Amino acid sequence: MKAWLQQHLAALVRAARRLTDSPLSALLSILAIGIAMALPAAGYLCLDNLKALGANSGSAQQMSLFLDADANEKTRADIEKRLEALLPGQWRFISRDAALRQMEANEGMAEIVASLPKNPLPDAFILEPDDADPEHLEALRATLGAWPGVAHVQLDSAWIKRFDAFLRLGRLAAHLLAVIFAAGLIAVTFNTIRLQVLGQAEEIEVARLIGATDAFIRRPFCYLGVLQGALGGLTAALLLLAGTLALAPPVSRLAALYGSAFVLRGPSFLHALALIASGASLGWLGAQLSVRLIRDQ
Amino acid sequence: MIVGSQIYKRYPGGFEALKNVSFEIAGGELALVGGHSGAGKTTLLKLLSAIERPTSGSLVVNGQNLVALRPAALPFLRRNLGLVFQDQKLLFDRSALENVLLPLEIIGLAPREAQRRARAALDKVGLLAREKTNPIALSGGEQQRLAIARAVVNRPTILLADEPTANLDEESARQVLDLFIAFHQVRVTVIIATHAPQGLFPGMAARALTLRHGMLIA
Repeated sequence: MKAWLQQHLAALVRAARRLTDSPLSALLSILAIGIAMALPAAGYLCLDNLKALGANSGSAQQMSLFLDADANEKTRADIEKRLEALLPGQWRFISRDAALRQMEANEGMAEIVASLPKNPLPDAFILEPDDADPEHLEALRATLGAWPGVAHVQLDSAWIKRFDAFLRLGRLAAHLLAVIFAAGLIAVTFNTIRLQVLGQAEEIEVARLIGATDAFIRRPFCYLGVLQGALGGLTAALLLLAGTLALAPPVSRLAALYGSAFVLRGPSFLHALALIASGASLGWLGAQLSVRLIRDQ
Repeated sequence: MIVGSQIYKRYPGGFEALKNVSFEIAGGELALVGGHSGAGKTTLLKLLSAIERPTSGSLVVNGQNLVALRPAALPFLRRNLGLVFQDQKLLFDRSALENVLLPLEIIGLAPREAQRRARAALDKVGLLAREKTNPIALSGGEQQRLAIARAVVNRPTILLADEPTANLDEESARQVLDLFIAFHQVRVTVIIATHAPQGLFPGMAARALTLRHGMLIA
């Protein structure tokens, strides 16, 4: 076990040495991988921010529950009880009188309201469920609509569905971009390792002649792919962080003009770790494909 | 113990490098494989070190029949063989010590023990003072001695050398041959392919295997 660990450690050191032996070429490869990973990652980050922006806007998941015009106090209290059980703290009541006052306050509406023989507005509840998933909201609307005393439940589902469809499309595009750039990353690693294998042909031959197994010969190249990919992932995380830091102040200023406290979110520590791990995995895959050349030599 | 029986080696194109070669070399023996250029000496050494396989016949080295040896078992067989090539096959991107360390890294020896053994091997061939030198800065004789240090650092039971003195001056050649004698004296089987075996080891009982046009004639 100790010998096995020592061999892996030695291979890792050899791989690191190979990277530092040709710093410019290593730097360019790492930068290429970093940019390739940063593009789809930026897409995901953008979508996450848009989702947060949608959730922040408040109206995205707002529903209005209108009571029957002849609903009495008991019906209202009963619905309040049910709402508190179903959506605790996520609703507020607007009485028909308060709604009429709000309507009157709107410009040009006072005369119209004054001409009405009686208040036509029903009592209503405004709901803001935490879960803004369109399917969940649709199901909630159906449930609420079936309650006794409820005349109508209004959900601006078209807007939500459009927004959700946009996010889904964006996510799909980001997935496709990720697959394309992952293939690119594998190709970059494959080529780097292939050149290394060709450059080390003499050493490989000598190692074989003195009893090295294929695993021993391949190991440093695999570690090279992993190191290069991991450093590429780190570069991608740093690029995203730099981009976020540059964009966050103007985005916040723009959001403030629309009365929103939205703050652009950059990659989290977990995002950075995921990028590094993805880079390392893809680098390992590219190296694995490339070191098959050693067997064929 | 090495036993070759009715060995044939035919290359693509039909050229027969070895024809019906049979021999036995006992453990600890010093054997000289002689013959003119193209007689089959290098081919026989390549078969013994499992770099190539016989077309037919059987070749048993250290109890393993090389004809039927699985590719995965090859590295482990070679760890018990010390190979010295005419062109040394040294690595010029690392120091003399690092060249000798390579076989020990391959078997996964602890770094401290590996360093100790590699230095001992360099000391044995008289190159300890030049452990940090790149092999390219060594003379031909020193390079050959370094190649021998690398070949023996794993304490192999068999040492195979292909024309180890071909490109050396008389003094360097003598130093190299003295090393082979030293390993033979500690019961290592030493097999040397050379085009001029006569007088190579004066006063020593060396086994002679003479090849002519791929056939063993003595």
